[in-house]
Amino acid sequence: MLELLNGFVVELRNAGLPVSLTENLDAMEAVQHIPIEDREAFKYALGATLIKNHAHWRSFETVFEVYFSLRGPEYKLVSGDDDTDIDELWREMQEQQRQQGDGGAGGLDNLTPEEIAQLLLQALMNGDQAMMRAMAKQSVQRFAGMEPGRPVGGTYYLYRTLRNLDLEGMLEKLMDATREQVEGDLTPLEERLEREEYEDRIDKFKGEVEAEIRRRLVADRGAEAMAKTLRKPLPEDVEFMHASRDEMVALKKALYPLTRKLAARLARKRRHGRKGPLDFRNTVRHSLSYGGVPAEPKFKYPRPAKPELVVVADISGSVAAFARFTLMLVYAIQNQFSKVRSFVFIDGIDEVTDYFRATEDITEAIHRVNTEADVVWVDGHSDYGHAFEVFWERYGKDVGPKSTVLLLGDARNNYHASQSWVVKEMQHKARHVYWLNPEPRSYWNTGDSIVGEYGTFTDGVFECRNLRQLEGFVEKLA
Amino acid sequence: MTTTDRGIPVAGATPNRFETVQGVREALREVQYLADDGIAGVAFLADRLGKPILIEGPAGTGKTQLAKSIAEILDARLIRLQCYEGLDESKALYEWNYKKQLLRIQTERGAEGSEEWTEVRDDIFSDEFLLTRPLLEAITADEPVVLLIDEVDRVEVETEALLLEILSDYQVSIPELGTIVAKQIPLVFLTSNNTRELSEALKRRCLYLHVDYPQLDREREIVLAKVPGITESLADQVARIVRSIRQLDLKKAPSVSETLDWARTLMLLNIDTIDEQTAKETLNILLKYQTDITKAAKELTVED
Repeated sequence: MLELLNGFVVELRNAGLPVSLTENLDAMEAVQHIPIEDREAFKYALGATLIKNHAHWRSFETVFEVYFSLRGPEYKLVSGDDDTDIDELWREMQEQQRQQGDGGAGGLDNLTPEEIAQLLLQALMNGDQAMMRAMAKQSVQRFAGMEPGRPVGGTYYLYRTLRNLDLEGMLEKLMDATREQVEGDLTPLEERLEREEYEDRIDKFKGEVEAEIRRRLVADRGAEAMAKTLRKPLPEDVEFMHASRDEMVALKKALYPLTRKLAARLARKRRHGRKGPLDFRNTVRHSLSYGGVPAEPKFKYPRPAKPELVVVADISGSVAAFARFTLMLVYAIQNQFSKVRSFVFIDGIDEVTDYFRATEDITEAIHRVNTEADVVWVDGHSDYGHAFEVFWERYGKDVGPKSTVLLLGDARNNYHASQSWVVKEMQHKARHVYWLNPEPRSYWNTGDSIVGEYGTFTDGVFECRNLRQLEGFVEKLA
Repeated sequence: MTTTDRGIPVAGATPNRFETVQGVREALREVQYLADDGIAGVAFLADRLGKPILIEGPAGTGKTQLAKSIAEILDARLIRLQCYEGLDESKALYEWNYKKQLLRIQTERGAEGSEEWTEVRDDIFSDEFLLTRPLLEAITADEPVVLLIDEVDRVEVETEALLLEILSDYQVSIPELGTIVAKQIPLVFLTSNNTRELSEALKRRCLYLHVDYPQLDREREIVLAKVPGITESLADQVARIVRSIRQLDLKKAPSVSETLDWARTLMLLNIDTIDEQTAKETLNILLKYQTDITKAAKELTVED
């Protein structure tokens, strides 16, 4: 047990979760009070002692599933027919079917795929948890085609299983069945609610399938190897450029609380600045109540000027996600700046400030940026040189000594002319010019990347591969 | 648990308050707080390990209510410290009763054969002149207490340090008096709306519990328990619609308390099934931003 827990904590640390020594000790003490058989309580006991940030919960859960997946009564592996759970259910189903006059045939293993689909449909329809779990086990056994020792990831098996089950079609069938049941039409509201309910159940079923595959893989390869392949970065460490769709959703979710925290921190920083020089007028005015003795000196509070921000972002395919997140972040805390103007480009450039001004909803504004902004000039491949040139021609006069210019992009210029004189001019006129690059530092200046050439004329080039780095930069800026 | 192995000094044994996790859950249910596995489990652990619980989560999910309910089932006094920016020692821990001290000195002066200065000094810095504030009160109490430190994320990072001594060792050091050790380990709850990251030092000393919006089943049960006279089908519908709304991309998702308000409103209006029209008209109880309301109304009525 102790060993298992130790391995577990080591794996958590490997996954990037900060687990301190005291927390480890607490966990050890906690598990003495909670029996491991009570899996949910056990999980929460470990979670409460080891994980102190909700964003880390998902990673924790994955590791937990891997390390403790082979324990607990209802989590046994299906090894042949000795699983009473399934047998019982099967007998029940048989009863039902006999009543319906269909007549069942043999054990669960002898079912045809059509019958499995039918059973699953019923399970989903009734929201029958136990049956859903049994079906998940059965489908994995049947469809995933898992072979011991084969070095493929869990996603491959998941894909194979789900392809055979056709869950999309299942949803429609469920909806049809419901419509029949109700007699007459569903109102749109009811329709929507029913659909969501079924989607939720199907998601749960998918989760069961995933868990089943994971259990089998762990049994095959051992917990440590599995944990390594399943290790996922924390949301704030996910790279913008390589984020999967799920990770993007997680990132978006992580962004909002982050901006709130950032705004609170910046506002606080502004307010709690050091005391400034003596405010003579104020001191004299207050001295009147002491008969002219300046007993209570008053100080001027420094009010650091809020910077004016000009964001110029490349939104071509490769770096679009990064630009989107940066714009979202900047606009979410825009009250920390006196003015924000934003421009997006691929090879042509367009101002998008109005999109953000028109609506309170940042997501919608971003959507408009992606669909409406006129950023293609010739062929829709990044051309930093041309974009910068046009920017300077049209908007250059608006860049003044108060403005801070942020240039976002990977500087992969497709071997066009760099026109880096624009950046040089910017640096002359603006207060600061910064370049944020979403690529890892080691890729800079390789291939058609010319970030070095632009970089010489800026006040700093920063690597911004994930939310953590982006947050750090923005905090420094405001 | 008289002393833990990390040497927390505790005068007098604090008997275990709870028997099993299931027991906590049932007790909470009796006072109409429907806990899930995590909540009950962590509350149970907090008692066994003698550690505070840090509860985080969106507003209106019953974080404060949990502390209140636990206090209710333990029949303990709830001592509450509401945090705010600018909270300091004299509001949270203790303060010397300055006026009383002055009086004491003045009476002394008037009397014949006045005492030595040192005696007066020792006298005015004694228990009699100490005003206890919530934190000190919680650890000096003789009867069982539950200490609730509400919205701890509102205090500045520096002020957090005030809490550390009491959270880890259950004691308060007063320079003039020495260290006051807890007579019994109180159950401590800290709540946070997560507007800023709390310091590592604080987090390390606590068990962490994240309370999220409840699952469909639990929310339905909560509605059934808290809104008397509601029919099961209406509660089900309420819970489903709220879940549906929470999935939208909103500024502020409806909280549990808002769900309850909504259910109560529907009861008052004598509505037993919700159709689009009623949903649309009463949305302003669930949502507090105009943009959210328009968005939700659009989503709920127009078929996609």
